[in-house]
Order: sequence, then structure tokens, then C-alpha cells
Amino acid sequence: MNQIEQWKSGFKDGIPICLGYFAVSFTFGIKAGIVGLTVFQTVLISVTNVTSAGQFAGIDMIAYGASYMEMALAQLVLNIRYCLMSCSLSQKLESNLFPVHRFFIAYGVTDEIFGVTICHDGKLNPYYSYGVMSSAVPGWIFGTFFGIVFGNIMPVSVLNALGIAIYAMFIAIIIPKAKESKSVRLVVLGAMVCSMAFYTLPIIKQVSAGFRTIIITVLIAGIAAWLCPINEENTNER
Amino acid sequence: MKGNIYIYILVMAAVTYLIRALPLTLLNKEIKNRYIKSFLYYVPYATLAAMTFPVILFSTASTISAILGFATALLLAYKGKSLITVAICACAVVFVVERLIVLFNF
Repeated sequence: MNQIEQWKSGFKDGIPICLGYFAVSFTFGIKAGIVGLTVFQTVLISVTNVTSAGQFAGIDMIAYGASYMEMALAQLVLNIRYCLMSCSLSQKLESNLFPVHRFFIAYGVTDEIFGVTICHDGKLNPYYSYGVMSSAVPGWIFGTFFGIVFGNIMPVSVLNALGIAIYAMFIAIIIPKAKESKSVRLVVLGAMVCSMAFYTLPIIKQVSAGFRTIIITVLIAGIAAWLCPINEENTNER
Repeated sequence: MKGNIYIYILVMAAVTYLIRALPLTLLNKEIKNRYIKSFLYYVPYATLAAMTFPVILFSTASTISAILGFATALLLAYKGKSLITVAICACAVVFVVERLIVLFNF
């Protein structure tokens, strides 16, 4: 596929992310308005951060006047999972890729965009990444804008329905692979069971969502890599 | 509100971007170690599964609509439908079920 086709294919795969983002960032916009940020400041946060948990925590901290150091630490903790994702993504790029692409791809490392790009067949063409970003990121930015400007017009019923979009998309990414590979199936089941445990068991349910994801990922992927290491054929099909 | 809002935004953006960019730019060689390769191969599946479940059950206005939306997504994904089809159908099911719940006052 040439660059334009890669971009188009990415754009199409980014549309469900766009819908899901719209719903989430709309709520972010409403909340930022309540905290007292201007439309410009709120949209600027969404454009420069593109991350849900980090932004929600960020405006709370701005509201109560946290120190800059506290802010930096909170963002580090909430977003450290992106580090793991970027490591994974780095192995999917051609090693002779023109370096500047890596800086652009980094901008779009979110849970959702990562999920779509990492599971795309073969080596990752940067234009596929850009395509996904081109449809997904505007959903995040415009959602924020509409949230802070028109927070009270959007029917709640529509927002509620859009809330499931991102998770449905995750399922669409993992299930086909889980269907064909037994080890992936076990990883998916193991991670879901662990996640349920983190949600319900006392003490560990206080772990924040960001850390929960990191702990489960390291634990489950670590065990899976030890028990069923991939062979060279598997690596090629990534 | 204390502090300068734009400095806050700069701190947020810089920390978040560096976390994303450093591994991508520094790890520009292929990792040869089989364990690490396998680990990185499983990362997305573990991450996405953990982020989806059980949170998906609380992602809508009622657990019933979420369960039905979840089931729809599982079924369509199993049948190999595209991302957009799975996402839109799940949203549609949630929307319809929630309208029915309101209508019949369950």
C-alpha cells in the first residue's frame, strides 16, 4: 500500500476512537468550565496532552493550586503506561525509519490509538499512524470545545451511548487475535480476571486506574512471555 | 487557583510527551532478547483487556445496557467485523436499550 492508502486505512480505523473520544472529552470540557478555565485554556490542554486520566487529574490540581512539582509527578504516575506502549511500538517500526517520524508518532500514543496501531498487520507505516490520529485526535479536541461551550445542549442519552464506543473498539481489536492464538486468549482472560480482582478486592481496589493497568500488564505479559515465548514466525506476523 | 495556568499546562504537556517520545526515539534498534520480545508482544493484549473489563460494565447509564452492548461487541468482534461496525453497533444497542428502560420504567 502506498502512503495515501495507508493514511486512509488509518483514518477509517480511527473513526470509532473519534466517537468515543468525543463523549469523554465532552465531559472533560464541561468539568473544565466548572473549574473556571477559559475555552482557549481548556482546548489547549486537550491539544497538547491528548490523555483522559491525566487531564482530569490536571484540572483538579490546577483548581486546588498544586505545586508544579506535584503536577509533574501526578502526570508521570498517571501516564507512565504510555512508556510501556511506546517501547512496544518502537519494535513495530522499521529501524531505518526517518527519525522525525518517531517524534510525530509519539504525540499520538494514547491507549486507543496505540491499541489500533500496534495490532495492525506487519511493520507499522507512519502514515497509517497519522491516519488514525487524523480522525481520532479531532474527536478529542472538538469534544472538549463543544463540552465547554455547549455543555448543556447535548442529550445525555447520546453521551451515555457513546461511552461504550472505546471499549467496544478494544474488544474488536483483541478478540480476533484471541480467537486464533491460544496464548493471546489466555493473556486476555488472565488480564480481565486480574482487573476484576483489582476492582472488587479490598485494599487493592484503591490502586489508581493508571497503576492498575501497569501492574496487570507487567504481571500478565511477564508470565505469558515466560510460559509461552513467541517464535520467530509470530514476530513476523506482528 | 494559584500559579500560572499556562505553566501548569506546559508541565502537563511536557511530562506526558516525554513519557511517550523517549522510548520511541531511544529504542530504535530491534530487541533480540526473546523474553523481552515476547513480553512486548503480549503487552497490548494484556493492557487492552485490563482497560476494558470490568470498566465497560460501568461505561453507560445502566449495567443492563452495558452488558448488552458488551455482548454485542463480543459477538461482532468474534465474527471479525471491523472496528467501526463493532463500535457503532454497541453504541446503538446501548442507546435502544436505555430508551426501552426509560419507556417501560424498569
